[in-house]
Amino acid sequence: MAKLEIQNITLDYGQHPVIKDLSFQLQHSELLGLVGPNGCGKTSIIKSLSRVLSPTSGRILLDGKELTGISRNELARLIGVVPQNPYLPETFTVFEVVILGRNPHLGLLSGESSNDMAIVWQAMERAGITHLAKRRIGELSGGEKQRVTIARVLAQEPQVILLDEPTANLDICHQLDIMDLIKSLCMEKNIAGLIAIHDLNIAAQYCTRIIMLKNGQTHAEGTPREVVTAENIREVFRTNSTVHTHPENNLPVVLLNTSYKRLTVESGDWDKHANTEQ
Amino acid sequence: MNDQNSGRGLLTIPVNKHSESAAHKIAQDLPIYSSRRFLRVISISGLTVACIIITVLALTVGSVEIPFKTVWQILISHLPFVNLHVGWSSTADMIITGIRLPRILMAGAVGIALGTAGATYQGLFRNPLADPYLIGVAQGAALGAVVGFVLPWTFGGSYLIPILAFLGAVAAVSIVYLIARVGKTLPMTTLILAGVAIGSLLMSITAYLTMISANKVHSILSWLMGNFSNSSWDQLKLISPYIAIGLGVIFLYARPLNVMQLDEEQAQQLGINVERTKIILLAAATLITAVAVCFVGTIGFVGIIVPHIVRLIWGPDHRLLLPLSAIAGAILLILADTASRTLMAPSEIPVGVITAFVGAPFFLFLLRRKKKAVF
Repeated sequence: MAKLEIQNITLDYGQHPVIKDLSFQLQHSELLGLVGPNGCGKTSIIKSLSRVLSPTSGRILLDGKELTGISRNELARLIGVVPQNPYLPETFTVFEVVILGRNPHLGLLSGESSNDMAIVWQAMERAGITHLAKRRIGELSGGEKQRVTIARVLAQEPQVILLDEPTANLDICHQLDIMDLIKSLCMEKNIAGLIAIHDLNIAAQYCTRIIMLKNGQTHAEGTPREVVTAENIREVFRTNSTVHTHPENNLPVVLLNTSYKRLTVESGDWDKHANTEQ
Repeated sequence: MNDQNSGRGLLTIPVNKHSESAAHKIAQDLPIYSSRRFLRVISISGLTVACIIITVLALTVGSVEIPFKTVWQILISHLPFVNLHVGWSSTADMIITGIRLPRILMAGAVGIALGTAGATYQGLFRNPLADPYLIGVAQGAALGAVVGFVLPWTFGGSYLIPILAFLGAVAAVSIVYLIARVGKTLPMTTLILAGVAIGSLLMSITAYLTMISANKVHSILSWLMGNFSNSSWDQLKLISPYIAIGLGVIFLYARPLNVMQLDEEQAQQLGINVERTKIILLAAATLITAVAVCFVGTIGFVGIIVPHIVRLIWGPDHRLLLPLSAIAGAILLILADTASRTLMAPSEIPVGVITAFVGAPFFLFLLRRKKKAVF
């Protein structure tokens, strides 16, 4: 059961800082949602946690050990990533892609054992894609590809799963399917899940905890009820909304107030306008 | 909703990696598992047998016809601990083991190197247009060789041109590598662009040197198109250790190369040290290509066509693709060399001409038959 600690990290591409002095923790058996506007650094955080992007300052600790001191192979056994729109080679079969998830568990000389094959098959069953095993990636729909990537992460048997917009471009049924799968994984297998997601309603329904980012810093952190509020949404997304309570589970539900009152970022000081209109 | 939920019904199956026997049972039930192993063993051994038969057939062909059976007997008589009754002339033995065998084995070794290097480059660059000469090996080797032809000295004897060709190839790729390097990373697009630019530069120098070389144009062109007429056991002994080492390294990295068919970010997240893997594979593929071309010239087409043919038939798994490309490369070059020395005997057709002439139509036939994305 792994624990990730992010301590005061700063991330930048060149000179432009994306994340400034950010700290948070990720525990097992929780699904932490990262929400925030485009460009607020959600993807960068996921990249830094999988050591694709190194922070210019601050530390990331996995079970007390610094990420930079862990080999790539070992890290891949502990942390699995579902990137946003991952590139999958079209001529590979589904099975050939999912089996790549076993890579960190294999030495340079060893091939997949029958045990590895069984894990791959179970991961595919879990993601509901066994019937696609021999199909080529080029023949799949977006939702099916998303399941293939998730099955690959499951085959990796990580203790932490990082997901970048796993429901983007999916219809509502597939969105809920994927989220059910992710949530049940985190709860049953005591996996620590981190999910960067745009959809505030999905985040509120599924995440155990939510961090709302603004300009590369934490704006609000807590349970869905604490974070998903009309005030926070206005401050972070510059969007007016009404937040209701879901009649079945008492979780917040966001209704967007699309109207003439909505002002664009380009129109200058949004807060001033908002104040005069109220 | 039912259709989408077909996966959810299976969620109840417990995933327990510790129960080896249960896992084993599941794996045995997987047709995909056993069929993959079976396919790998059958394909590699089958193609190897084909390669051996083609080698022996190629040995029978030439200015003196030697029967298939006699060729086998001569070959077997040379194996250690075999004492076979001599029922053939010593001339036949000499033709087989002294002249034809080294040449055919040389063609095989070069084919192995170019086929494997081609598959490696295509995998590394994730580009179907990549071939072993993409980042300057051929152009560097050609320049080195042409300098060897043009130079007035005969220093080094028959080894002058191979040595200069090898050094040229390695130097060209090293320069391309140093130019393309950005900090600690090696962006593949930059590498290709630098390779193409340096390649054109070297080619223009080669062309100019060829033009002013007057009486040596014929030998230069014949080198550039490749020929095995000067092959010897000594050459074979010299190049085969390097090819074996390069091949060993590349085969070790077959699975990482599979993972790298995703993008570099995903490969890293699946435990691959991408930069290190790139450099090791580039170095190994460049080494075997440079070694392959230095004696026999820059034979085209094998490195690009062989991996594609193998991929069309056997699919994209590098654990199958790399060894099969090696064997198929050997087969193609042995056949091409046999054609090159027999079709217009006693004069020879450059082997590069044959590889393109035979390989292209066959490849196009496969491409038409498949009619779907192949890379």
